[in-house]
Formats: sequence, C-alpha cells, structure tokens
Amino acid sequence: MYVAVKGGEKAIDNAHAWLGEMRRGDLDVAELSIAQIRNQLGLAVDRVMAEGSLYDPDLAALAIKQSRGDLIEAIFLVRAYRTTLPRFGAGQPIKTGDMACMRRISATFKDAPGGQVLGPTFDYTHRLLDFKLAAEGVTDEAEKAEAIMNEAKPHITSFLNQEGLIQSEPSCDEAPSDLTREPLELPASRALRLQALTRGDEGFVLGMGYSTQRGYGRNHAFVGELRIGDVAVELDIPELGFAVEIADIEVSECETVNQFAGSKTEPPQFTRGYGLVFGQSERKAISMALVDRALRWKELGEDNPGTPAQDEEFVLYHCDNIQATGFVEHIKLPHYVDFQAELELVRTLRKEATEANALREAAE
Amino acid sequence: MQSQSLIGGFSDAPKDSAIAFRVALDVMARPGKIAKISGGTPPEPMSTSAGTLLLTLCDPETPVWLAPSLRGAQIKEWLRFHTGAPLVDSRSEAMFAVGRWSELLPVTDFAIGTPEYPDRSATLIVEVEALENAGAILHGPGIKDTSELALPEVKAFRNNATLFPLGLDFYFTSGSRIAALPRTTKLEG
Amino acid sequence: MNTEYNFAYLDEQTKRMIRRALLKGVAIPGYQVPFASREMPMPYGWGTGGVQVSAACLVPDDTLKVIDQGADDTTNAVSIRKFFEKTAGVEVTEETAEATVIQTRHRIPERDLTENQILVYQVPIPEPLRFLEPRETETRKMHALEEYGLMHVKLYEDIARHGHIATSYAYPVKIEGRYVMDPSPIPKFDNPKMEMAALQLFGAGREQRIYAVPPYTKVVSLDFEDHPFERGGAQQACGLCDAQDAYLDEVIMDDAGTRMFVCSDTDFCRERREAGHIGEMGMPITEDAA
Repeated sequence: MYVAVKGGEKAIDNAHAWLGEMRRGDLDVAELSIAQIRNQLGLAVDRVMAEGSLYDPDLAALAIKQSRGDLIEAIFLVRAYRTTLPRFGAGQPIKTGDMACMRRISATFKDAPGGQVLGPTFDYTHRLLDFKLAAEGVTDEAEKAEAIMNEAKPHITSFLNQEGLIQSEPSCDEAPSDLTREPLELPASRALRLQALTRGDEGFVLGMGYSTQRGYGRNHAFVGELRIGDVAVELDIPELGFAVEIADIEVSECETVNQFAGSKTEPPQFTRGYGLVFGQSERKAISMALVDRALRWKELGEDNPGTPAQDEEFVLYHCDNIQATGFVEHIKLPHYVDFQAELELVRTLRKEATEANALREAAE
Repeated sequence: MQSQSLIGGFSDAPKDSAIAFRVALDVMARPGKIAKISGGTPPEPMSTSAGTLLLTLCDPETPVWLAPSLRGAQIKEWLRFHTGAPLVDSRSEAMFAVGRWSELLPVTDFAIGTPEYPDRSATLIVEVEALENAGAILHGPGIKDTSELALPEVKAFRNNATLFPLGLDFYFTSGSRIAALPRTTKLEG
Repeated sequence: MNTEYNFAYLDEQTKRMIRRALLKGVAIPGYQVPFASREMPMPYGWGTGGVQVSAACLVPDDTLKVIDQGADDTTNAVSIRKFFEKTAGVEVTEETAEATVIQTRHRIPERDLTENQILVYQVPIPEPLRFLEPRETETRKMHALEEYGLMHVKLYEDIARHGHIATSYAYPVKIEGRYVMDPSPIPKFDNPKMEMAALQLFGAGREQRIYAVPPYTKVVSLDFEDHPFERGGAQQACGLCDAQDAYLDEVIMDDAGTRMFVCSDTDFCRERREAGHIGEMGMPITEDAA
C-alpha cells in the first residue's frame, strides 16, 4: 500500500532549523560578529556589495554570516532586500577623478602626476601560508603617506587625451536606462552593458576577460590606470535645486588603453575599456574593462569572428550569478511529471524500434 | 495646488489598487463584460471608473493624454499628485488616453505598437454615457460564443481588429462601471 | 500577515508595471510581453515569474492554491503557499474547486476550471523557439514575421526519425492562429485543457516575460495533417482512486522495481477517493489518512 509522502511543510521547517544549527557550528567557538566580518573579511563584503548592487557593508556582512560564507547566496540575500527599498532619487555621476586614492597604479607610464601608489595589495606578497596568523594573529602597523594619497590624481588617460592619441568618449547628460527597472532589450547601450558587468559574476567576467587575452576577441589591452579609493556620492534634491553630498563610497576603477588600427573615418588611435566596481576588487575591474572593450567591436567597426566575449547577448544573458544559480540549481526540484512524459515516450520509441528490427529480420 | 486635488486617491492603495486591477483584468479578459470598479474619486467630469483605472495603472513611467473636456486644472493636478504620470500633448506619445469618443478621434493617431513589440501600444479609456450589453455582437478570445456591447461606432473598432497583433486596446467607462475591448475582438453587425 | 512588507510583497510601482504587462498580454494572446522582473526572495527558476504574477493579481479575498507537479504538498509548492499566506494574508486551500487563484508548475488540474478562477503558470523558458535558435534578437524577429518554419522542420525531423513527434512536454501551441507559444513544461496530455473558462497567465521571472491566454481562446497543439497531435495518456487506472483518464505518476515501490501508478493531481485523487472510488492498491479513505 502506497501512501503519498506528506509533510513537506514540516520537512522544510526542520531543514531550516538544521541549517541554522550548521551555520552556528560548534557552540564552544565564539560566534562571529557582523563587525568582525565587515572588518576582517572586507573583500568578501566588497564582492557581495558589488554583485548585490547595494552599497551597505553592514548588510553585506550580515548576509555573509547568514549564508555561512556562501557569497553567491549572500549576494542573493542582498539583491532580494534591495528590490524592496523605495527609491528617493538619482545620484549625480561620481567623480572618480577626485578620488582619495589608497591605490593608484599605471602600467603605461613609469611615473605620472599623482604618482604610483601601491596601497594594500596582494601583488607582491609571496603566497606562503602564514602560520603566525593561525596562531595568534599579527598586527602590522603600516606607514601611509597620507599626503600622497590625498594629492589630486588626474586620470592617466587624460594625458593621452591631450595629444588626441586616445578616443575621447562623448559626454552625455541623458539618464541611462536602469537594468533593475526595465527589461533588458538588445542591442544594449554601453551604459547598460556596464551596469550588467559591474553586478555580473566575478568568475564569469574574469573568464570572459581572460578569453580575450587568449585570442577570442583580442584587443591588446594595457592597464592605463587602476585606482581604488573613496569618492563622494551626491544626490539631486529637486526642492533645493542643487545636489548634496550624502556619503562616501569606496570603488575600484580601471581604464584600459587598447590598440585600435583605425577605420575609414578615424585615424589610428588608442581606445579604452572601462571597469568600475564597488569596494576593492581590481580583478573584477580589470576583467570588466577587457569585456567592455571587447563588446565595443561594432561601434569601432572591428571584426567579430563569433567570439564569446564580443557576443553581447551571450555575455549579458549569462553574467548574472543570481539568475544563473537559480536556474542551474532548479533542476533539482521535482520534475517527475515531465520525466514521466519522457519515460512513456522512450518506452514507445524503444518498443517501435524493437518491433521494426524484428520485422526487418523476419523479412531477411 | 488646490486642496481638492489632494483627496480622491485610494484610501488603502495596496488593497484598493489590487481590487481595482482584478476588475480591469477580468473585463479585458472577457470583452463585453460590464463590471463595477471604484476606489478613486477624480474631480468632475471624470468618471469614478476612469479615475480609478488611472490610479491603478499610471505612474511616472506612463505618459497620459487627456482629452480637452478633461484638461481642467483640477483633474490635471489630481492626476499628477496621485500618480505622477506625465501629461503629454502629443497623442502618439501616450500610453493611456482618456476622453469622450469624439475627442479621441481619429484614434489612428495613437501608438499601435511595432511588429516586434506590439505591446508598445496605447490603451484608450473612452468615457461613455452608459454601458449596456446590447448593440455590437462580439466574438474572439475571452468570449464563449458571442457577447454584446453598445459601442460608439463599429468601423473604427473593426479596423483596429484588422491590425492584430498590433492595435489599440479600449476601456469604456461610465460612472463606476467599466467594460473593455481588446484588439482581438471581432465585431459583427 | 506580516506587515514589514507591502501587501503581496511587491511595492506598488512594481505591481503597476507587472499589471500593465498582464493587460497587454491578455490583449495580445500568446505574445511574450517584456517586463522588468524583480529579484524575489526565492531563487530564479523556482517560480519567481509565477510569484510576481500572482502577487500582482491577488486581492485580500482570494483563496490561493499552489501546486507543483500537480501536488499541493511538494516542497516548493508549500514554500510558495507559505510566502503568500505571510505576505498577502490570503486564504489558502488544497481544493481546486475552492481556489480563486491557482499557481502551478508543470500541470493543469484535472478538474475543469471555471470563469471565476485564474491559473498562473511558472515558466522556465518562455520562448518556444529558444532551443532551435538561442538568440533573443532572432526569435523576436521570427515572431514578428510569423516565421515558424523552424519549428515545423524540427517536428518533421522527429517524424522522419522516430515515426512521430518526439516532444512529450512543453509541447508548442499556436494561440488564436497567430503566436506560437510555450505552454510551460506541462505534459502534452494537458494541452487540450488549455481551451478553458479560466484566464491563464504565464510568468517567466528570470527571462523577464509575461504572457496570457484569455478564456475560450483557440489553442492548437502544432501538428501535421498526416501526423495529428495525440495527447497520449493513461495506459492504466490510478492505483489509489481508479481514475481512468487522469495523468499518472509512476512510483517505484520496492527493490524489485514493482511499479504503481497514481494521480499526479493529488486533490483530484483525494476527491475521488472521498467519493468512494477505490483503486487496485488503494483503501477507503479514513480520517487520519490525510
């Protein structure tokens, strides 16, 4: 006698309780605080803010705690929260030229006004596990040249601009469309592509960027400039008639300088790819700039032999990890109704094939 | 702003608009069906049903065209205050248009969508004296066999149906009653 | 009801956007209306489209039923039902006849739906041509030009290879003689039921599309004159309620692979058993059997 499985609700409640227990882990180990996550796992917090499209380190830290460190799950929590927030207005474009840089490097010039500032980077660390960290934790005091950090640092590409060696981007006062409020329509504007990339999955964007370097849409990129630091956010207040500064946010910005052979209408000059990400994530910013540049093939009159990174529809429809993880994982949901239909079909097809073979053999 | 424009919105927007939308959906899905819709109280001479429909569907993303008879300062302010919808002079830019039939003519000025996006078409809200299930015989999606609805004329609606999948969609409003005629409905007689 | 969130969870602006898309969907049956789908507190692919459509349609007096694979007690159905109980405070039911809004994944209830009901489908891939042409820019053109040759070629290749059309679920339909539409992954057994008295709404969250089939709209499963559509279906009766013409799930009973077939529509099966129908492996329903 078969009794249909009941009690889904109870099973769900129990699963949630168990999940809570696993999250907390051994009760003899001190519980993580939000402040600890925010301060000591700052780059995880930054990634969650960037791909969650919400600048709030405390909420991102909470999401990381709640998700047991599963960053895509944390990003999802932040996104789902974000959509419930009312919109008070639109910010002014941030002025990254005025950034208080903690890091600013250029690969194209040995030195430039504003200087090269290494900042807190993993770049030249030897990747050796530091067992001292496992034991006690170490506190190093760093010597920071505040004066250099606060010095104004013009964008490196502006120096190329002076000579007309790099394509200048047309300025535009039109409000770009908003990926989170309008359905994606193709072909997408560059503004829309950049929105998708900045909240796109770091791994996906990295892989796409990497593929351009390996010849799938190669665009010969140099890191013209990479800068990380704080910028002010200004919000338009219609009642006041001017914008007021409401916060400082930390961003990573990358401008690549790319070769361009020129076209019928334009002489050879450099072009750029652009990456801008919340928090400290130069890997993402550089990757984004590579993909941005690859996607500009049409406007620059370049060839597209069908490489993935040049394929706007492919990149934009697959870079979002919340969409991707949901759909990939949904195949674990019950599909027994469709499967039953397939089962019947395969049985029928097999039966028919066997019968046909038997007939053929009898005839031979 | 006159204080009269501040009143007449939904008293409990989430619920009132949900209830009003279900009526709007139901009549659009069943052309010819007449139903009651209320919740909004627009300034005269706009009907309760047209006003409620605008409160339910319009916001800063929906350009609205108002017919001359509804272009009084009070209605304009009421609509702006409660919905934030931009009022447009150009009929081709409107997502929604409201007025008497004679004022909406020629309806061919309004957007009928494009072959790739037939949904980018206007919805016309036609204020009528009365609504009754007598007159033009309708058939098509949403109608079991046929239904009947009094229409201001037949030809324009018949022409509209030939544009399918492009075309306009219509609501007819009178007092607190509402009926609809999407582009799919075919007209007899 | 949880008052931290707006009625039915979504904010009013989002609901208006979805509602406008729904009305255009109803006016253009079978056409996929783009909409700015929101992140929901459940993953994409788990019914976010259906949930957004339901949220935009629900009124406080509604009675909601949620099924997945035809069953009310599958975990995702339970989860979605709980979500609306919490955020919209609506009544919920497992009885098809009682429900005013039914959200479904992969099935149409066996019982005929009425004019007072709305059936909301969760849709994973709304584009019926997607597996023949992955580009949205191309498939949009095909719909605009009513160019469905590719689909017919695919179905005809099936016939050439297998002797019949080898699509058993998500079987494409043509709506009112115009748009080819994906009916969501329902078994083709359910296709003929789509000409019904209830309004059918389809939501695809991740793919940002909404579409609709108004009541009594012509829904034709694609076929060929010499290979007409066959809905297929029950080779046997339900083991619990003896239904002769219902869609059945196959259940493996023991290590020897003994099979049993039971209704996938759990409410339909319950109703029949309560009315005294007993299948080969069933027994009379008792108080505690539920």
